[in-house]
Amino acid sequence: MDKGPILEVDKLNIRFNTPVGEVHAVRDVSFSMGREKLAIVGESGSGKSQTGRAILGLTPGKVTADKLAFHGHSLLNLTPPQWREIRGKRIAMVMQDPKYSLNPVMTIGDQLLEAARGIKQGAEARQHALGMLASVRIRDPERVYRAWPHELSGGMGQRAMIAMMLMAEPELLIADEPTSALDVTVRLQVLAILDDLVKTRHMGLIFISHDLNLVRTFCDRVLVMYAGQVLERLTASELEQAKHPYTRGLLVCPPEIDHRRQRLPVLQRDPSWMEPVS
Amino acid sequence: MTEPMIEIENLSISFGHGADRVDAVKTVSFSVAPGESYGLVGESGSGKSTILRALAGLNPFWSGHMAIAGQKLTGKRPRALRRLVQMVFQDPFGSLHPKHTVDRILSEPLAIHGFEDVETRVRAALERVGLGPSFRFRYPHQLSGGQRQRVAIARALILEPKVVLLDEPTSALDVSIQAEVLNLLTDLRQQLGLTYVLVSHDLGVVAHMCKRLSIMRTGDVVETATADDLSEGRLLHAYSRQLLIASRGYDTAAIAAFGDF
Repeated sequence: MDKGPILEVDKLNIRFNTPVGEVHAVRDVSFSMGREKLAIVGESGSGKSQTGRAILGLTPGKVTADKLAFHGHSLLNLTPPQWREIRGKRIAMVMQDPKYSLNPVMTIGDQLLEAARGIKQGAEARQHALGMLASVRIRDPERVYRAWPHELSGGMGQRAMIAMMLMAEPELLIADEPTSALDVTVRLQVLAILDDLVKTRHMGLIFISHDLNLVRTFCDRVLVMYAGQVLERLTASELEQAKHPYTRGLLVCPPEIDHRRQRLPVLQRDPSWMEPVS
Repeated sequence: MTEPMIEIENLSISFGHGADRVDAVKTVSFSVAPGESYGLVGESGSGKSTILRALAGLNPFWSGHMAIAGQKLTGKRPRALRRLVQMVFQDPFGSLHPKHTVDRILSEPLAIHGFEDVETRVRAALERVGLGPSFRFRYPHQLSGGQRQRVAIARALILEPKVVLLDEPTSALDVSIQAEVLNLLTDLRQQLGLTYVLVSHDLGVVAHMCKRLSIMRTGDVVETATADDLSEGRLLHAYSRQLLIASRGYDTAAIAAFGDF
């Protein structure tokens, strides 16, 4: 297994043309990652999801970068056949809400087989699919294999979707708010599954989230984004020592059970956070 | 002891018939004092929002006893009683009419209840939730999520209710905006002497806003606790303890020990 970084991103920019002028959604984002859990954290509109989508060439915006490379191979200007070799096979993505991202008129089993198309076929693919459903701790894989998306709960649907993304055994998984639509206990169970997969399959995981407190306990490293830029990079365990006032503000403003306050501190946004970070 | 503002005894709510019957709420009882803020916590399908909708008069199919400000709730509610109970919904993107201006959204309830001096009341309501008069003629799509939720709160308060029902009022908002909206709700309760029932899946939010709370699961109240019980870990039921552990973040050992309830 090669030791180099799985993904290298250097000065990634994403721009959108809108009727009111150009919107510069992602500005000079750079990072590189190996087989680890990297979190991209930010509020709505910070550019975190666009960054994740740009890696798979899925953003409708205009993408430019000095470097965007997967195992040293550039992901810029790929042709559709070249993308097909990467999307879903070597880099996969888990979306936020299984209610909208599963196909409502296909059984879970058929969707799993579709994800394995061109890799495994027939009975072998079916066995592989049942194995994947079992690996995301679905207790009755046969039943879920035959089920339609509307017959599954949110947690079950999200597990089925993770199983689907793993059919091709990708090396990098991009998870965009994979647990925001789930109940707290189910959320943690799904995270435990992702955690296991990263460890046992040596995958890289990009975990896009707005929840700094979840990321602190789950990920290895954290990029904090604001207005399209990375404001701060931290080791997850050292999040408490964050220096940037934005990160500090995000950390203290959620209500805490153990430390109750009369009023919650409110984030004072400083216009200078919008200025280019050197 | 003063008379409770909200009284609920043996409330049961079910949907469907025969084999398809779902008991969404099973003989739930609690009461809320005037000026108190009471929390209902639970995961999806626990029945917490169903109780709130029944209290608001949005679900007529319930049995048991419910009273607000000493008046028993029956099938048909007098308009004056409806005015006393207002609701703020979870999703500010879905709960405001996309083709109505803020002005129309706020003046409609006033027209229905026959209030006069609409203009002054709309201005005052906007100011109370921290939005200036410049917001009055905007459409919902011209507002951010936090601003929309402020409009939804203004709409609930414009009828001068005594009880405000809050159904996950901040779950669709960023944490920094959540802090602003929760502070606003805290201030308004103090200024106007409101009584709140807050439904949330987030134990942190409920512990912050409410002194007392009920933890629900599949239509039952498994435990009634205080915010101090939460912070000191004094929970009796295994399910409530699991919920509390889950709200503290990711911990492999704790997750492996989770039971199915």
